Amino acid sequence: MRIEYNFAFFDEGSKREIRRATLKAIAIPGYQVPFASREMPIARGWGTGGLQLTLSLVGKPDILKVIDQGSDESVNAVNIKKLIAITTGVTVSDETAEATIIQSRHRIPEVPLQEGQILVLQVPLPEPLRYYEPSEYETKKLHAEQEYSGAWLMLFEQIMNYGTMSTGADHPVMVHGRYVMAPSPIPRFDNPKLNYSQALILLGAGREKKVYAVPPFTRVASLDFEDYPFGVESFQDKCCRLCGAQGVFMDEILDDVTGEPFYQCNDSSYCLQNLNGKSRG
Amino acid sequence: MGYVAVKGGTLAIEESIKRLKYERLKKRVVLDCHKIEGGMRCLIDQVMSESSLYNETLAAMAIKQAEGSPEEAVFLMRAYRSTLPRKHYSRTVESEDMLVERRISASFKDIPGGQILGAANDYTHRLIDFNLNEETDEEAVNWIREYALENVVDQDKTDLTNLPKVLNYLREAGLLPSCERDNREPDDVTKESLQFPTSRSERLQILTRGQTGAVTSIGYIALRSYGALHPTVGELRIGKLPLHVDNPFNEQNEDEDAYYIGEIKVTEVETLFPEDIQKFTGQKEIEFSLGYGICYGQNETKAIAMSILDHCLETGNPEYPTHNEEFVLLHIDSVESTGFISHLKLPHYVTFQSKLDSVRKSKKGQVGQNMESNEELNP
Repeated sequence: MRIEYNFAFFDEGSKREIRRATLKAIAIPGYQVPFASREMPIARGWGTGGLQLTLSLVGKPDILKVIDQGSDESVNAVNIKKLIAITTGVTVSDETAEATIIQSRHRIPEVPLQEGQILVLQVPLPEPLRYYEPSEYETKKLHAEQEYSGAWLMLFEQIMNYGTMSTGADHPVMVHGRYVMAPSPIPRFDNPKLNYSQALILLGAGREKKVYAVPPFTRVASLDFEDYPFGVESFQDKCCRLCGAQGVFMDEILDDVTGEPFYQCNDSSYCLQNLNGKSRG
Repeated sequence: MGYVAVKGGTLAIEESIKRLKYERLKKRVVLDCHKIEGGMRCLIDQVMSESSLYNETLAAMAIKQAEGSPEEAVFLMRAYRSTLPRKHYSRTVESEDMLVERRISASFKDIPGGQILGAANDYTHRLIDFNLNEETDEEAVNWIREYALENVVDQDKTDLTNLPKVLNYLREAGLLPSCERDNREPDDVTKESLQFPTSRSERLQILTRGQTGAVTSIGYIALRSYGALHPTVGELRIGKLPLHVDNPFNEQNEDEDAYYIGEIKVTEVETLFPEDIQKFTGQKEIEFSLGYGICYGQNETKAIAMSILDHCLETGNPEYPTHNEEFVLLHIDSVESTGFISHLKLPHYVTFQSKLDSVRKSKKGQVGQNMESNEELNP
């Protein structure tokens, strides 16, 4: 019993259905479009939403990049890349500028995205209102009525309790002045990159069976208050121990010997490019 | 500085996969898929049911590859299922047409057609049979031959393909309201994602493909405490159902135009729940209402638990979480729950770094506030 899989794993009918949902998502920026999420050969919660989007879009000329928490070489990124490469034969690359489709778990690359590129973000929890409303039936109504006082109240309570907004990654954003959206847990550092992005940004939640999108050149604003403005993670006075870069998102790593923390670019391909650029120059 | 390449993940993964294969083969014995099909009937039934894919051979292969882990085997089957185009829908199946292998009722001692115990663990003592350690294929062949001879003299003339449903008796006696036939096309949960409130066809599909343990546990909750229902099993039947599909080239199909494509073995359960009915006069009467459970293969606990949950979700009493359709339906799928729980093993460096930043800022903020209040106290 030997079975060959179709190009990009899915049968053509499945791909078409996912593309239809994607088109709807692009037409209504920030709105979560339900779709019949398929079970994938990688686990639910491990990027199946992003993977389904990528597989439905990928064509033979595409160049694919997959990153997980900033790294091209993380086991999950390698695994997803391998599956797409085996079932499609497309070229894979680590270089952000070269890729036509970039699938990412929780980071927007440091190299600015260009027109014509597609960023596919993997989303575990697409519902930004879930923190205070467990029911899907209710949150759907809240979105329909643009009733977002709960989201503001959540941030307000954080300020009252901690003196600051205490969101980590996944700080909610307002898309095109209409829908409050979970930017997938990208760090706050990456939220501004969503605003008027030149690239198309697609977000896929496989287990929760939703896709949503930020089309190119769309206004995306992180929720905040006039007197408590939104702030990104601070890496002030820190520079990458490897390439010396500043003003990028860093990993904090403990030195085995001294026990002192040091910092390193989280975007490993960006760091590598810096290093190799230096060595060539 | 020379050219730097960050590599390692790829190689590490390859080694890990090799190690997994080693664990499967290290005793230098290969498990024969036919032997799995022969001796692991219940596991195969469970895997087929949870993966919504009826194929014993595939299930046996998945079980072999998963080294017997049901969650992993179901995962493999579901992923394979995603690659299959849906070409036909079967005709409506009537469970009266079942070729019955086992059929019991806890409501009535004497049921038309009789109680048929069939194959069940229920009547065994759960003592480990140490003889099984030495059992040979030859013994199996001999036993089967003798068993066949024993049954030659069977005089029973019961028509096993035409047994009446026990509940029809209650309907005829007016104790169970007869329900209208609902012949609407069922919603297909694998083609459209669940929207709330759900239709009954969607609920039944999600329940029947639910993880056996999860369906059983939540059913048990409804039985024991939250709602404390105690239903009676009106009828539990296990057997094979014939499947037919219409001729796809005909615009209209007569009864005889259908093609027989095979049969599936299922467990079907109808449970009865006593319920108060308020009459127009203000008086109350007690009537029975129904819970329905069905699943692939022989899995009686799951089918009974499903019938309890079907009734819970039909009732929808807001007091109990077991009556809340989002609570039940969104959390019982094996692939979804095991996938999301296992994703916690993935690196969360970025998200954790981000949270760390917030924690530090909140601590700074509080130090600042304390200092201010100190200043107020000691000007």
